Amino acid sequence: MDIRKVEERFFECLMVASTVVILLTLCLIVGTIAVRGLPAMNLAMITQTPKGGFYLGKEGGILNAIIGSLYLASGAVVIAALLSLPVVLYLNVYAKKRSRLAALTRFSLDVLWGVPSIVYGAFGFTVMLLMGLRASLLGGIITVALLILPIMARAIDESVRMVPEHILEASYALGATRFETAFTVVVRQSLPGILTAILIAFGRGIGDAASVIFTTGFTDSIPYSLFRPAATLPLAIFFQLGAPIAEVKERGYASAFVLTVIILVISIASRLISRKLTKHVVR
Amino acid sequence: MQMDGKRMMHKRAIIDRIAGGLMWCLTVMCGLIVVLMALGLYAKSRPILAEKSVGELLFSSTWRPLRGDFGFFPFIIGSLWITGVAVVLAVPLSLLTAVYLSQYAHRKAKEFIKPLIDLLAGIPSIVYGVWGIVVIVPLIKDYLAPSVGRSSSGYSVLAAGIVLAIMVFPIIIHICLEVFDSVPHELKEASLSLGATRWQTVKHVVLRRALPGTIAAVVLGLSRAFGETMAVLMVAGNVAKVPSSVLDPAYPLPALIANNYGEMLSVPLYDSALLLSSLILLLVVLFFNIVSRVVLIRVERSIL
Repeated sequence: MDIRKVEERFFECLMVASTVVILLTLCLIVGTIAVRGLPAMNLAMITQTPKGGFYLGKEGGILNAIIGSLYLASGAVVIAALLSLPVVLYLNVYAKKRSRLAALTRFSLDVLWGVPSIVYGAFGFTVMLLMGLRASLLGGIITVALLILPIMARAIDESVRMVPEHILEASYALGATRFETAFTVVVRQSLPGILTAILIAFGRGIGDAASVIFTTGFTDSIPYSLFRPAATLPLAIFFQLGAPIAEVKERGYASAFVLTVIILVISIASRLISRKLTKHVVR
Repeated sequence: MQMDGKRMMHKRAIIDRIAGGLMWCLTVMCGLIVVLMALGLYAKSRPILAEKSVGELLFSSTWRPLRGDFGFFPFIIGSLWITGVAVVLAVPLSLLTAVYLSQYAHRKAKEFIKPLIDLLAGIPSIVYGVWGIVVIVPLIKDYLAPSVGRSSSGYSVLAAGIVLAIMVFPIIIHICLEVFDSVPHELKEASLSLGATRWQTVKHVVLRRALPGTIAAVVLGLSRAFGETMAVLMVAGNVAKVPSSVLDPAYPLPALIANNYGEMLSVPLYDSALLLSSLILLLVVLFFNIVSRVVLIRVERSIL
């Protein structure tokens, strides 16, 4: 009897300990980035483009990368949303229950979710070469859109699935077609989920480096055309950390801090949005 | 008037049909992206496959692109080492945490901890890489390696493994929680009512019942680790040699692809070789993903 109690206590302690370890690593990561990044932060970091090249210049900031990343992630999110919303609505409204196509599509989206971003990058670059496109903002947007498509589609799917069947039936009974039901009733019902999915996908898109390394390139100026290379935050961090000059390295840490803050803001915002908008949803 | 109403109805029905058709097309396209990717990468790696045998490419250790030697062996082994270390570190910690959250923790504690774990999942891999360089690499160089009487630059299999382990925690925990939740309540209650302690219930009932799903969760984490690029690239050291201990540097496959994009086009067969390595990466990850997703779907329907 005693041994069992000791075992119980032992494993409970072990579990609490591992939970604490995992939470502590989160604090440690955010803390380290803040401690290393904050001293190098200044207003110029977020209001100026690099002076004298991102690799060697000691002055200026990373405005080019911030703007570039925002353009890239916004473009990718728009494309991914335009693709995933109809797909999810098809799966949930048009497709029959137990439809084989729906099951297969969900399966392949799940599998797609597991494909490493470097493979998207390599594939995107190959397709771009085939179409005669050079590293450019447009190439990056398309590649990142593919990368975040499964994340967004599955997240939207989760929330659309929650829409009660009787609401659909009420809509049909009033004479609405499936199309009208899907794009008015269902979308309105699952709006909080859709917005959260969009924000999650945005966060994924803005933080990914491996998929843009070939496709988007890098530049010191703020992107002004879809067909020109654009700077992105993750790559700005990567290149600045690899630079031989101490000041530039410090700027790399500050850039990592900027990216982390953006990610934190996005995840808090998505939580607030889903809490606020859920009030109007019929259950 | 009635005619008008009828025409309206007709129009709406047509829109419904057309939209349905378009949405069907999009859905099928989405399903085909994976296939398209594999075929595209295969088409691009044909040139090198035509000149070298698969055995030579996979098992030769000489990597001299300028002389036309493309042996992926050190890279594949490097990836396996790093993934192995990551899994060994991540599995016990994340399983214990998942069991704690699903079986022991108070509902409030769970509601507090789960968003934090989601946050961990949202941190970009480049930030993990920066953290690895700032914290883990010096830790290994100054403390861990000297304490076992070795010298190491810190950029090593171990550093990459630790960083990757943290990156796969959220994946394993998240899926495990779903799997544990699918274990029927009655089973747990039966076990508890027979006088089993909570841990005994977990050990003999929950974990046994959830074993396939748990393995699937671990495999999904493993395949994420296998394909992770930026963080690993920054802390693994990138030396194209088969590592002989966890304190040696390694050069995993994804890092090879990411590092060489600039020179890809000038050397003959080089781009083909790199795209072949992407294809290898894709196929390995697809295999793991497909197997574990099939298991998870069956768990969801509780066939297993």
